[in-house]
Amino acid sequence: MAITEEATTSESVEGLATDEAPAGPVSMGGLFRRFDLDTRLFGMLAAIAIIWVGFNFWSGGTFLTSRNLWNLTVQTSVVAIMATGMVLVIVTRNIDLSVGSMLGFIGMFMALLQAEWLPPLVGFGQWYTWIIVLLAGLLLGAVLGLIQGAIVAYVMVPSFIVTLGGLLIWRGLSWVMASGRTISPMDATFQLLGGGARGSVGGRTSWIIGIVASIAIVLLLLSRRRSRLKFGFRVRPLGADIALMILGPALVLGGVWFLNQYYMPEALARAYAEANGLEWPAEGLLIPFGIANPVLIAIGTAIVMTFIAHRRRFGRYVYSIGGNPEAAKLSGIKTKRVVMLTFMVMGILVGLAAAVQVARLNSATAGLGTLQELYVIAAAVIGGTSLTGGIGTIFGAVLGALFMQSLQSGMVLVGIETALQDVVVGVVLVMAVAADVVYRRRRSA
Amino acid sequence: MTGNGDTSAPLVEMRDIRVSFGGVHAVDGVTIDLQPGEILGLVGGNGAGKSTLIKTLSGAQHADSGEILINGEPVAIDEPRAAKALGIETIYQTLALAENIDATGNMFLGRELTTKLGNLDDASMEAAARKVMGRLNPKFANFKSPVERLSGGQRQSVAIARAVHFNARILIMDEPTAALGPAETDQVRQLIRQLKQEGLGIILISHDIHDVFDLADRISVMLQGKLVGTVDKDEVTTDEVLAMIIIGKMPDEVTKSELADLHG
Repeated sequence: MAITEEATTSESVEGLATDEAPAGPVSMGGLFRRFDLDTRLFGMLAAIAIIWVGFNFWSGGTFLTSRNLWNLTVQTSVVAIMATGMVLVIVTRNIDLSVGSMLGFIGMFMALLQAEWLPPLVGFGQWYTWIIVLLAGLLLGAVLGLIQGAIVAYVMVPSFIVTLGGLLIWRGLSWVMASGRTISPMDATFQLLGGGARGSVGGRTSWIIGIVASIAIVLLLLSRRRSRLKFGFRVRPLGADIALMILGPALVLGGVWFLNQYYMPEALARAYAEANGLEWPAEGLLIPFGIANPVLIAIGTAIVMTFIAHRRRFGRYVYSIGGNPEAAKLSGIKTKRVVMLTFMVMGILVGLAAAVQVARLNSATAGLGTLQELYVIAAAVIGGTSLTGGIGTIFGAVLGALFMQSLQSGMVLVGIETALQDVVVGVVLVMAVAADVVYRRRRSA
Repeated sequence: MTGNGDTSAPLVEMRDIRVSFGGVHAVDGVTIDLQPGEILGLVGGNGAGKSTLIKTLSGAQHADSGEILINGEPVAIDEPRAAKALGIETIYQTLALAENIDATGNMFLGRELTTKLGNLDDASMEAAARKVMGRLNPKFANFKSPVERLSGGQRQSVAIARAVHFNARILIMDEPTAALGPAETDQVRQLIRQLKQEGLGIILISHDIHDVFDLADRISVMLQGKLVGTVDKDEVTTDEVLAMIIIGKMPDEVTKSELADLHG
């Protein structure tokens, strides 16, 4: 232990010479760097906290209620799922403008599959219907993404154009596919993907998930620390790691506690009690919804995508291509293949988001997913993904999605009209990118 | 390792290499060779075709025609991976580093160490990076910062470490000291001598004629895509090499007045 602490000190002295740590009095940024924390991430969290508190005042206390935040998490899910993929696409210096239309197309396909195409073959309400529909949707997403990616990577048409074409094509096809009809209702099991009373895990399971997540956070920090110590590398000060081990679980468990305060309305609770053989007392029952399935899907997606981005070769290659495409090629990386696959991953995630969206709305319309591409791109960019490529994190994009959705939900809550909402979202997007550009310029100067 | 057939064959032989872009002959029938433990200086003015020539050896450029032999055996080098598999490593003038990735990540780019499950083994890679860097540049400590935050010398160290870590037999260095200060240049020169001692064959491209005279055993000169000739360093003067670079005449062809004009 003592040896490592010593190594830390000598390295930070070294760091002064190499411009790694700022000299002189300890600034906020210096403190963050010393503790190996991400300044930008804390900036994002602070921004979210500010608009939450702001909207809470403005709305007279309705924003920071369990009910509103529960809804907020569900609404964030669809954009968050797609934003995790958009990060990789933008990191490779590309863009995907087609995700909103593709969501509409795949959503319509899945709706037709379960409502009209499958039932004549297997009958209504089979237990496995949702599995077939979901897998078919993911597969379709993979194929559409692969087509777009192949044209970008191998034919070398700029992704802006390819996916702008996709935006028109998938939207048009989803209209053609159902002749503009609205398809409804969805398979009963499939609907669970979208949340709601049945599509949530309930209070107790939420606690279990929260506790498991807390343990995982602690173990992850510990194992990281241990493996770095094993090789004699520099580690965070022990105090910082312990603080994170307390703060992380506290946030998770606090979140679960807060969301679990959102109880089913009486009629729903009565039906639930009946279905589960609970007695209905005179004063009623407080049955929490618990975490909604779409939220769990989004969190799971973010974890898997983070893993792919940082622990797998594919992710490393994605970032290297964004940082220096020529260097990546000279390193023997098959850059075209990697770029194509990022679009395929994006397509799969669009398929997943489409399933959640269709399940949540219990229907598919020709306009499904319209303008979603802008929210997804905005989430990634606001979350710190640089449009010049090479930089961006999955977690940042999820926070970006939460930020965008908070802004939108808040504006709805305080009664700002739709047209004005668009103005605000547009202004925020440009400001976020401007802040990013200035921040990077100052850092590189 | 394929070369146990003919022990007298050179480590590398490039025969009659031709590369053209459109109608321009960037490399026009060049033949050079390289022995183990030898440093071959490759010099010439801008646009002489040096970089294009060595790119055909490092797999970054297809040759239109010609042959490459390693230890006397013909090989096909159609991509960077193939060159690396033959033990040919290249340090590019641009360094070819991904700015957003740390030193360790860059050193192992395309050749990452993974765990049994195929996950990146960052700790092992960092340990290996520290080991090789301890030999090359013991003061280097910044393994976790993106290389964009490193100084020119540190970045150069990363590029060199990447090239020598994987047991290269043949090292191509394109202007290895161009971006460096005097102290760092000395350090790189020393390293090049050390690698030569270890038996590597090194092709050194440089604008700096003094660099080349200091380090190389033989010097190949290119002009307008063609090889002017290859000379032993000990048998020529810098002026004679300058004459080869500028007017394309071999030492036995050049006149005294032409040599004098070089300084005019």
